Amino acid sequence: MTMKIMVAVKRVVDYAVKIRVKSDKSGVDTSNVKMSMNPFCEIALEEALRIKESGLASEVVAVSMGPAQCIDTLRTGLAMGADRAIHVDYSATLYPLSVAKLLKALVDVEKPGLLILGKQAIDDDCNQTGQMVAGLLNWPQGTFASKVVLDKEKKVATVDREVDGGLETLSLDLPAVITTDLRLNQPRYAKLPNIMKAKSKKIEKFTVQDLKVEIKSDLEIVQVTEPPKRKAGINVSSVDELIDKLKNEAHVI
Amino acid sequence: MAALSMLKSLRKCATHHLSNFRPSFCHHVASISRSLSTLVLAEHESGSIKASSMSAVVAAACLSEKSSISVLLAGSGSSLHEAAKRAASCHHSVSQVLVADSDKFVYPLAEPWAKLVDLIQQEHCYSHIVAASSSFGKNVLPRAAALLDVSPVTDVIEISESHLFVRPIYAGNALCTVRYTGTNPCMLTIRSTSFPVPLMSDASENEAPISQVDLSTFDEDDFSKSRFVKNTSQDTDRPDLGNARVVITGGRGLKSAENFKMIEKLAEKLGGAVGATRAAVDAGFVPNDLQVGQTGKIVAPELYIAFGVSGAIQHLAGMRDSKVIVAVNKDSDAPIFQKQKERISSDMKPANKHINHHI
Repeated sequence: MTMKIMVAVKRVVDYAVKIRVKSDKSGVDTSNVKMSMNPFCEIALEEALRIKESGLASEVVAVSMGPAQCIDTLRTGLAMGADRAIHVDYSATLYPLSVAKLLKALVDVEKPGLLILGKQAIDDDCNQTGQMVAGLLNWPQGTFASKVVLDKEKKVATVDREVDGGLETLSLDLPAVITTDLRLNQPRYAKLPNIMKAKSKKIEKFTVQDLKVEIKSDLEIVQVTEPPKRKAGINVSSVDELIDKLKNEAHVI
Repeated sequence: MAALSMLKSLRKCATHHLSNFRPSFCHHVASISRSLSTLVLAEHESGSIKASSMSAVVAAACLSEKSSISVLLAGSGSSLHEAAKRAASCHHSVSQVLVADSDKFVYPLAEPWAKLVDLIQQEHCYSHIVAASSSFGKNVLPRAAALLDVSPVTDVIEISESHLFVRPIYAGNALCTVRYTGTNPCMLTIRSTSFPVPLMSDASENEAPISQVDLSTFDEDDFSKSRFVKNTSQDTDRPDLGNARVVITGGRGLKSAENFKMIEKLAEKLGGAVGATRAAVDAGFVPNDLQVGQTGKIVAPELYIAFGVSGAIQHLAGMRDSKVIVAVNKDSDAPIFQKQKERISSDMKPANKHINHHI
């Protein structure tokens, strides 16, 4: 069985960056800021690569949507080991519903047996895209996955999910959508020989028109602000002082 | 003219009067109130409505001064019916309870649930659909939104108007105000810590009618592609992390699972829940459902005590709304000290023992 895995990856502000809200409240300042592949997307790609290396899939295709800079993220993905990449070129804001529609269109073209995404992007923290594309495709979904085991014979994925009460295990018929949680795996670093090899791997370009998707705009960002600042803290010099303050000043114990 | 100005001042009065009853997280709703109809996707357990779903009802009531809320429950058996009865009188704005009764809904899977929501929306045309931002809500609502061709707004912490919401982005380091400009339904998940359920219940003396959802259009196919296998959960007497009044968290600085026992003892003494950082979970000190942070649980207790927690951005995202934050850490330069209200820079073990001893 030649199963293809498609992985969607997003270019975001690096997780270690301390972001700054623009003074005109129009958004977060991303100029001159380090950008990286979304950590959850790295985990998604790593999982796809491991599945391929275990012989259960034949090809891993990385896809990303957005402006030309997405190509950097795709090159990283190719350097990690993806076989091919697809860039959907679009410069304006793409909300999850539109991303989901574009992914569905790509799935219809590529026909993968598995679509893996990060559970959320660390910029907008939406946690929606995987669930939405699964709904559009009418595929089963295994979200917040902390473990994935494929049974190639039975064409089934057993997914452990991190949920409020602990862990939940689901069995999903393929094709399916999986979104990755933090503990699914530790992504590899791209090694230099692979970074060189990646330069010659193919990145195919599509436009939104090519995929016949209408970008809907039913959301409007009104403003982006800083959260209210907390009152400054104080240093206490002993446990007794702490307990006294908690009891008699803050009245929390 | 006189009538008009009187009407204006009466309306002002009415709004003011009602705003006395309006909790602080429900902001100034347009005084020309549209009557909205909202569907709340609720979870139940052992015959009761889950606390997070009650928060969703509270949030739904914030959407407009005139809200009628339908609560949707799915499952089977006597616990479902008990939950339905409770839902019917849980809030004065609940005007209907819808029950999807089938063995197939015993475990809340996203695929049948999303289809259920789509089905009900086609029939009832709600203006809003709301769920809590729990694992269930996060899993189900976006899938349902895709079926209804709607962009959802997730993890809402404030409802400014019926279609205007505030949500955290960048791990809570920025707040985004977003307006839904599409057609019905407007779909959202809400953070339960931002919509606390009042102690004095808004319960109703009237029981809303309970109706069964017609599931005849569901076929085997809708239930077959995804199957529940098992659940591993911690059965504990301690309060639920999501709504505990006190949370004691341990980080990597605790160095071992053994040391976490001290955290547990302290939590027991204070009647609190135990939390952990990602580092502590990754190191195997505690299971994953204790993780507090951007991608773990969001908590907002009265008292949050963090032992050996450096205070990474992603952890702060999960507890920054706590009323009092206490940090105990050997490293006085740790980022968590930017956030806390009280701090104590000292070695962990003796501090913990000491606190335990004194309380």
